[in-house]
Amino acid sequence: MATDTHMQTKSGKITIVALVENKPGVLNRVVSLFRRRAFNVDSLTVGRTHKPHVSRMTIVVDSERMSPFKIKANLEKLVNVIDVQVLNRAPHVSRDLVLIKVRTDGAERSNGVTTVCEHYPAKIIDMGPEFAIIEMSGTEEFVEQFIDELREFDIVELVRTGVVAMGRGTRIQDTEYQPIINGNNVHKNVV
Amino acid sequence: MQLTGGEIIMECLLREGVDVMFGYPGGAILPTYDAMTKYLDRLHHVLVRHEQGASHMADGYARATGKVGVCIATSGPGATNLITGLATAMMDSSPIVAITGQVPVAAIGSDAFQETDVTGATLPVTKHNYLVMDVEELAYTIKEAFYIARSGRPGPVLIDVPKDIQNAKTEFIYPEAEIHLPGYRPQSSATEDEIQAALELIHTAERPVILAGHGVTISGASRELQELAERCNIPIAQTLLGKGNVPENHPLVIGWMGMHGDACVNHAIQEADLLIALGMRFDDRVTGNIKTYSPNSKKIHVDIDPSELNKNVPSDVPIAGDLKTVLRQWLSQLEQRSHAAWINRIRDWQEDADERDILKHDISDPLLTPQVINDLWKYTDGNALTVSDVGQHQMLEAQYYPHQRPSMMLTSGGLGTMGYGLPAAIGAKFGQPDEEVWAIVGDGGFQMTLVELATARQENININIAVINNNFLGMVRQWQELFYDKRYNATPMFTPDFCKLAEAYGIPSMRVTKREQVQESVEFARSIDGPVLIEYMVEKEEMVYPMVAAGADLHDMKRRPKPGEK
Repeated sequence: MATDTHMQTKSGKITIVALVENKPGVLNRVVSLFRRRAFNVDSLTVGRTHKPHVSRMTIVVDSERMSPFKIKANLEKLVNVIDVQVLNRAPHVSRDLVLIKVRTDGAERSNGVTTVCEHYPAKIIDMGPEFAIIEMSGTEEFVEQFIDELREFDIVELVRTGVVAMGRGTRIQDTEYQPIINGNNVHKNVV
Repeated sequence: MQLTGGEIIMECLLREGVDVMFGYPGGAILPTYDAMTKYLDRLHHVLVRHEQGASHMADGYARATGKVGVCIATSGPGATNLITGLATAMMDSSPIVAITGQVPVAAIGSDAFQETDVTGATLPVTKHNYLVMDVEELAYTIKEAFYIARSGRPGPVLIDVPKDIQNAKTEFIYPEAEIHLPGYRPQSSATEDEIQAALELIHTAERPVILAGHGVTISGASRELQELAERCNIPIAQTLLGKGNVPENHPLVIGWMGMHGDACVNHAIQEADLLIALGMRFDDRVTGNIKTYSPNSKKIHVDIDPSELNKNVPSDVPIAGDLKTVLRQWLSQLEQRSHAAWINRIRDWQEDADERDILKHDISDPLLTPQVINDLWKYTDGNALTVSDVGQHQMLEAQYYPHQRPSMMLTSGGLGTMGYGLPAAIGAKFGQPDEEVWAIVGDGGFQMTLVELATARQENININIAVINNNFLGMVRQWQELFYDKRYNATPMFTPDFCKLAEAYGIPSMRVTKREQVQESVEFARSIDGPVLIEYMVEKEEMVYPMVAAGADLHDMKRRPKPGEK
């Protein structure tokens, strides 16, 4: 069985995690910032957190071309960005999830795909006579290794979530932020 | 009390201390203009002739007063016309709140008449912006907008308000609580380590230079800056927007820096062993070639915006903080130093520059811009609030009109917005009615926004407009002369008879063709209570020296020959 030897982000890349207000247009503000400052982004993911008013972004950039601290300083200027941490030096885990649709018609193909999947923590989540959908997650490098092994079969469709990351151990990135409107705390989910 | 959205806007503006708004009505902002009628005794509205003028006026008002300037426009074209002024304010950290009408909530996204995605379009040129979708959030949003505009590194904030939100009624409760934003915490003071690191460099430097920028003005740190310079005997170089922070006749002020700055200042920067950069951002017009910029110096960089630190020039001691606070922290432990030999060296460079000064050349015809500016300075006792446009006259104003107080020279430094001068001067005069305000503009930039002559007339605002007319886009022509083999494409300019034009607007005017008339023109301008225009017909092909070509080394300056030299 192949194992994910890396816990965290691929070397040469830097992971930045930003907590942002869950408000309309915040993603646009972040993306617009990257565009106008010519920050080249490898991947950017955004999703809700356990707090309805806070979203979390994981941004991966190429460390050779980009100073993460420049990006951090600019992200922090955005009013809706609550907290930014650069994870590359701190121990962390990172995960990318991939869905791959491969051709499985014919026993040889079908068995081959199954064999590759058995060597990885992969799941076949949809199996039909002609196509299967495989799900696998791991570090970006591990996912790429898996994809490479499947290339000899016929990949017809592929989607990746982009990397999400979290600091390990006692390192906790959170916010006490409660939205205030007209002096009252409100919980308004505006996604 | 039940109020409409439009009334809430007015109530909130009053509570922010606003006394004047610059704007232009239109369909989507009409409910607010209607609500305004009940407030006009306390909130003066200035009707501009183009929304760009409104944003520049708000900017001029803001820079002249340090308070937030307010401009108002309707949706679509009204809002997009504001953009140049917002971008100008963004680059120069000028606090503005812009309020724009938007199509009704239900029509947003339908390509309705006069609909533009204004928050989208202004995203890169505002510090922050809002689209208010609920009248309940309006009052808080306005309060937040003013707070963001004026705090930290100031900048323009836009609030887009759909028409039906302006009409909607709600109970008006002004949010009294202080604004608390989770992701917005402007830095204030330096850490003890940062203070010690900075003091160590200041105390041991042999050839230090202070680079004083616009941040000194914004932070109100002129006195602290002067104290720092005096106690350690450190020469002060000012940026274009930092001029006047410390009186320019102060013996430690050696001049201003950069592309058309003083040669002695640029030499000093290149030879320095310590640069103390205060509230400035190492713009490319200030540094020249970044690779050869001040190669042997350590750098201390203080700025309230952490993203400016290590952006263009790496610094040994970067400090994110409010300048006044940080300087006070330094001063409490700052020891005395003397740098007599260093300052004498700078003086030698200065004397060389004095010999090259075009005013030392005996030229009586044609009239030269430096002569005009020098005489304006002389006959206004060096005490006017000048607002320049962009181009040769702007650089020459900076060279020949030294200022003794902060916020007395307004100009579009970062964005270089032609057309800024006249509207910004109108705004500045509203903010500082007791100052003698001179708009000093070129014939090119003036023609971009001269529609605001009508605004000046309608308001009978007491400003003096000096049009420096050389029938050329002079600075572009200068570049064509130097770098494009004098191919003067699209720079010679037809200009109207500006005096007749002024007359058409009911504005008194005078044309000056000889140096002897400059004094008379100042006296004439001062005798008129209201707008007045003086047209100065100057040499067509003047050059601004010294000049560091774009991208050249800062010490590699094109100099004006000394008299008798070729």
